[in-house]
Amino acid sequence: MRIALISDIHGNREALEAVLADARARDIGRFVVLGDIVGYGPDPDWCVARVQALQAEGALVIQGNHDAAIEGSARDMNGTARAAIDWTRPRLSAARSAWLSALPLTIAEEDRFYAHASAHCPGDWIYITSERGAMASFRSCDASLTFCGHVHEPALYSCDRGGRVQAHAVKPRMPVPLLSSRRWLVVAGSVGQPRDGSPQAGWVIFDTRSRELSFRRTPYDYVLTAGKIQAAGLPEDLALRLRTGR
Amino acid sequence: MSRSQKRPVEGLQIDGFTLGKLLHRGGFATIWEVTHPDHARPMVMKVPTILDGDDGPTIVGFEIEQMILPRLSGPHVPQVIASGDFAVMPYLVTEKLPGASFQELFDRAPLPLAELVPLAAEIAAALHEIHRQRVIHLDLKPGNLMRNEAGRLVLIDYGLARHLDLPDLLGEEFAIPMGTFPYIAPEQYLHHRDDPRSDIFALGAMLYELATGKLPFGQTTTLRAVRRRLWRDPVPPYAVNPDLPPWLQEIILRALEVEPEERFQSAAQMAFDLEHPDQVRLTQRASKRQQDGFWQGLKRRWRARRIRGYEAPPVPGDAIRAQVVMAAVDLSPEMEALSQEILAATREILHFRPEARLACVNVLRTARIQLDQGTDESGNNLHVARLVALKAWGEALGLPEGRVTYTVLEAPDPGNALTEHATRILADHIVMGARASSALRRYLGSVSAQVVAEAPCTVTIVRLPAPAA
Repeated sequence: MRIALISDIHGNREALEAVLADARARDIGRFVVLGDIVGYGPDPDWCVARVQALQAEGALVIQGNHDAAIEGSARDMNGTARAAIDWTRPRLSAARSAWLSALPLTIAEEDRFYAHASAHCPGDWIYITSERGAMASFRSCDASLTFCGHVHEPALYSCDRGGRVQAHAVKPRMPVPLLSSRRWLVVAGSVGQPRDGSPQAGWVIFDTRSRELSFRRTPYDYVLTAGKIQAAGLPEDLALRLRTGR
Repeated sequence: MSRSQKRPVEGLQIDGFTLGKLLHRGGFATIWEVTHPDHARPMVMKVPTILDGDDGPTIVGFEIEQMILPRLSGPHVPQVIASGDFAVMPYLVTEKLPGASFQELFDRAPLPLAELVPLAAEIAAALHEIHRQRVIHLDLKPGNLMRNEAGRLVLIDYGLARHLDLPDLLGEEFAIPMGTFPYIAPEQYLHHRDDPRSDIFALGAMLYELATGKLPFGQTTTLRAVRRRLWRDPVPPYAVNPDLPPWLQEIILRALEVEPEERFQSAAQMAFDLEHPDQVRLTQRASKRQQDGFWQGLKRRWRARRIRGYEAPPVPGDAIRAQVVMAAVDLSPEMEALSQEILAATREILHFRPEARLACVNVLRTARIQLDQGTDESGNNLHVARLVALKAWGEALGLPEGRVTYTVLEAPDPGNALTEHATRILADHIVMGARASSALRRYLGSVSAQVVAEAPCTVTIVRLPAPAA
């Protein structure tokens, strides 16, 4: 089975639609949404509804920090993120807000573990940006494969039998076999707000049979989304980021 | 993490395979004969010797092989049949190659030229095939060369290899440069694992050994000794074996250059020179009679103190390409304008590919049934005249000697001859012309269409602009 891992949609309808259309052409048997469906973007309601529909068809969905902040606190967020949460809250129905709040922080399935930020204290929303950060996650869970989002930049780490953690360069498209001799941590990148210099939506395909992982990039009409962000009166920076992918 | 559950013993059954005789017990792995009801062919299973606890390099080498080998294909790679899960017992099952490695053959060196040159060309062509698939071997040595049932050369053991599109599991993790010391390139000593030209160096070392019976840097056993090759040049092969022709010394010493950019830029270029000795451009390497002097060595040693690496290939992974462009041109008078257009297109391509060589080719069409084969004087004259005309055409490009070669092919079927020649010289790009559409062309069929359909590489078709209707 081929699993599509999509993360950090952030209310970006155009990016989510493009990724789902791309995934349909790639024989995807299951979706896993790694959190942060809302925040930053102009279409939170539409994106939540779409992910709920995916869930009804069998997708796994976990909670991200922006999802948790809708009914919780946005105190720990930076000014832009907090402003976007304040803008988003009144645009979601009570039922959808409650659904976001009720999402699980982590899901374990076979030898796979899903978390938004890290397997280590998942509710603390720690960013994994180094081998050190990855090591904490590897130590907190013994699944062969951990899939996260949160960082908005795709990354791949491995932990060998001696416990050494290594970061690996990520190349889009080229399938990487995730050998059973190691444990792996995959940071899926971001669908709705990539920050690695490419404005294209980032996501990941994992083939459970061949154990091959591919980092994907899907182009979408970010000019349209950026225009919506400006029209909605959301912080200007959020529109600029989509154009530059930074 | 839990240790593997099973250990290999004769008679063990795993995933349908039954272990037979133990064929080899090495430092890092054991190799077993195996059978499987679904596979009739002879097979072997390699099982890494995993000691309790942490034994990094053994496992990483096995992991690399498990990652890379299934992604390689073609006759020059052992075919993978299955691989085992680490949680149960890690293994890799491949076809069983008959016979032994080339070590014995190398022990007989120096080999006669008639045996050495075709063998060297064969190894270079096989290496190019691996490089083309974006894999650098990084441990080429006689013990890693074998032949398969069909007699084709096979490069084995990918435990130190690097796939340019996959994570490098060896990476920075291990402090010691890996590889077989007598054969590894200077940049491997400096931990570089991303330059296909490192394999060219190892090939040069093997060729030196075949030609002289000696290793270019002796039986290197220490890292200190490996480090010397950053500044110390080997004794010229001719000084060891005076029967060697200058062109062969040129090829060997070029492959063994310290700076990767001074070597052949692809294994295909090296194979090409081995197959066309008369077209090898001789430099001062060819006539070298002794090692560089003491002062020169000292100067290089002084400079080597600071060297941390060498110039990478101009485009990352560029040496993966053969770097052989083939230009096919029709020199008949009515094709003159088109031949000039082909020249212009070739010039453009070479401008953007400064490492590429050009092979100019012209086909002399012969009758299908040749009554006058080889002996006819006028036939010979025609061949020579064509070669002269072809050179005159190609010289207009102003390429340095050594970057361009000229060949006249005699064949009844030009399309077929061009495709076969391109395959033989491992060309990665063909430039040729197509006549304008005409009744004659429809009647005769198109040579260019045939080449486009059958060529093993990219083909650029050059046309004269058609007059406006």
